[in-house]
Amino acid sequence: MTNATITVLLCGVGGQGTVLAADLLAHAALEAGYDVKVSEIHGMSQRGGAVTTIVRFGKDGVRSMVADVGAADAVVSFETTEALRNLPYLKEGGYLLVADETIKPLPVLTGRASMPDKAVSRLKEADAHVMPAGAIAAEVGSPKSVNVALLGALATRLDFPQQAWEQTIAARVPAKTIEKNIEAFRAGQAFASRCEE
Amino acid sequence: MELLSGNEAIAQGAWEAGARIGAAYPGTPSTETMEAFGAKEGVYAEWAVNEKVAVEVAVGASAAGVRVLSTMKHVGVNVAADPLFTAAYSGVGGGMVVLAADDPGMYSSQNEQDSHWYAKAAAIPMLDPADSAEALAFTREAYEVSERFDVPVFIRSTVRVSHTRTPVECGQRTERDLAPFESNPAKWVMMPAYAKPRRKVQLERIDKLSEWVETCPYNRVEMRDASVGIVCAGAVYQHVREALPEASVFKLGVTWPLPKQALRDFADAVESLYVIEEASTYLHDGVAACGICVADTPVPLPRDGELSPGLVAAAFGLEAPAHAEAPADVPGRPPALCAGCPHRLVFKELARMKAIVTGDIGCYTLGALPPLLAMDTTIDMGASVSMSHGFELALAGTDHRPVFAVIGDSTFGHSGLSSLVSTVYNRGGGNVCILDNRTTAMTGRQGNPFNGETLQGRPSRELDLEGILHALGIEDVRAVDPNDAKAVRAALKAAAANEELSVIVFRSPCVLIDRIRKAPYEVTAACTACGVCSTLGCPAISKDPELGVAFIDEGSCIGCGQCAQYCAFGCIVSTDKGGFDD
Repeated sequence: MTNATITVLLCGVGGQGTVLAADLLAHAALEAGYDVKVSEIHGMSQRGGAVTTIVRFGKDGVRSMVADVGAADAVVSFETTEALRNLPYLKEGGYLLVADETIKPLPVLTGRASMPDKAVSRLKEADAHVMPAGAIAAEVGSPKSVNVALLGALATRLDFPQQAWEQTIAARVPAKTIEKNIEAFRAGQAFASRCEE
Repeated sequence: MELLSGNEAIAQGAWEAGARIGAAYPGTPSTETMEAFGAKEGVYAEWAVNEKVAVEVAVGASAAGVRVLSTMKHVGVNVAADPLFTAAYSGVGGGMVVLAADDPGMYSSQNEQDSHWYAKAAAIPMLDPADSAEALAFTREAYEVSERFDVPVFIRSTVRVSHTRTPVECGQRTERDLAPFESNPAKWVMMPAYAKPRRKVQLERIDKLSEWVETCPYNRVEMRDASVGIVCAGAVYQHVREALPEASVFKLGVTWPLPKQALRDFADAVESLYVIEEASTYLHDGVAACGICVADTPVPLPRDGELSPGLVAAAFGLEAPAHAEAPADVPGRPPALCAGCPHRLVFKELARMKAIVTGDIGCYTLGALPPLLAMDTTIDMGASVSMSHGFELALAGTDHRPVFAVIGDSTFGHSGLSSLVSTVYNRGGGNVCILDNRTTAMTGRQGNPFNGETLQGRPSRELDLEGILHALGIEDVRAVDPNDAKAVRAALKAAAANEELSVIVFRSPCVLIDRIRKAPYEVTAACTACGVCSTLGCPAISKDPELGVAFIDEGSCIGCGQCAQYCAFGCIVSTDKGGFDD
């Protein structure tokens, strides 16, 4: 995994914290000695719309900042419907990590569309690791650290040194929340390791 | 190394070059550039009311001898085109750099026009960085180019340059001495007697730039496999390198003027030459005009939208890697007005009265989407007011639905005000709703003349909106709380009934400003499943798919109480636990 460019697509709903997760991932990659590109979409798409942020890193220089279908080594979704929507971006055999959170889009809330059938079981069929990220974050006493818990799980698939992650978290989250965020990160790692067993 | 967005890197480049003054109007994807510039030491930065004013401020400061930065989105260049075209005759005092940030794919814009055409039409040199490191270096260098050739210089970015963060090595600032201004009407007074000779100066400059661009360090030829040669610039260069790593590439750093001879030499060195660009034919036409035979890709490239490595690869017949099909049953997730948004009830009531609504640019353009469906037109900044005047003229003497213009406070300051002056002057009737939510919300809550906040937090004053409207001679001006459904309905009715021009100022702060939450509302068991509350399109309210009864998500509800006013059965009630603080 070290020589080729690695592509991580983070997706969710505007306001869920995908941007901060991407920021931490990118800085950890930089800390671990990689070239990095992080691509975000701002503006109108942020008003509760679907959002994706793409982080690409590699030792030999990253070219494009976007991801095509079948190109993402990992898709990290903060929400189940968005995981289904972004499924085509996942590389064959790639890592699909999904928080067990579901947020209904406005067309569903107003009765003009319906939710996809059996989203979670379909994701599991696609080898998704469905993670109770909210519960894990709450367990360590930091319910807002869902994004950091997800990163912890993702970290088990990357070869950054633990120090690169924890230093990055310490440098980039509010001082008061460093300890709790590192705890949430480790809890995410522990969850993913248990899944592998 | 720091990870900077393209926008932050442009600000850094301008700062390193010693730029001292910046003026801009916010617009995605350009906005953070001036915010980042304004946060630096030793600079003055301001939000102007529109891009034309921003560029004029910049031209003035440049004439006075200071290096200046002006930033805008692509459609902002349309607004600023007037001063830009003639500033390209006068030239500069201190170096002047203008960011034109394009939005191919229209993530947050009303069109995907290509700013390259402006560079060519106005004879303003244009540099196209492909990542943040280039954005910094090109911007810093652009000031040298500007002063050397006595001309403003464009930096052109796209969403994928402006909003992609890549590693950057930041440098030191070089302070510049003020080049003292001396009166020189032959350079700065563009009346025919002086503009004619200045036009000759411009033509000579075009020749000098055309010569310079042939060997300037910003264009780069990368020879690899000579069977395929590709001309490209900006973010597209990165996609090309990813998709076709063996292809030879002419990477244009300067996209106007084009290096004609260098391009011909490249064409001679490769078997087939292709031009790859996004949503435009600018580069293709320019390269073809050099007398170069531009080959068609085996599969045509999309003519609109963004490119990606996959799209470039597909144009050369390469197949996409194995991937899952997009599930057909995933509902769309369009953006929506926030829970508690003060614009919501204005649109609900306009829809109820079946008004013809001319809309404008901002968050409130979302009022056009279901379930509100309360906007009939949106073209450009300020057009709501002038287009409603056009509707009134065309429909005069017919039995027609009431016509309402809907415009935000910042957009009104941008250009709605001049539209309104024109309507008043021409004795137009009609109705204008100014949605004053106390901020420029869509682009991230910037200051504007009507909230009195300035970019660097300098003390200012709020302009008196009603005072301005009265001063124009408009008699029917009323201020209304847009969260009060009855008041909104009554004001719209009264305005529609009045033959004369009516202006309603709906004033209530954007919910994202201070994020005050009151106790959430809930739906009682008496809900009759009438479905009216869900026609408000509030993201906190849902309708049970089987029973049709309403449900309010307490985590999303901010307790604004808008919906309770629409429940004829009194089934939406506040949980009123008292003193909710978040």
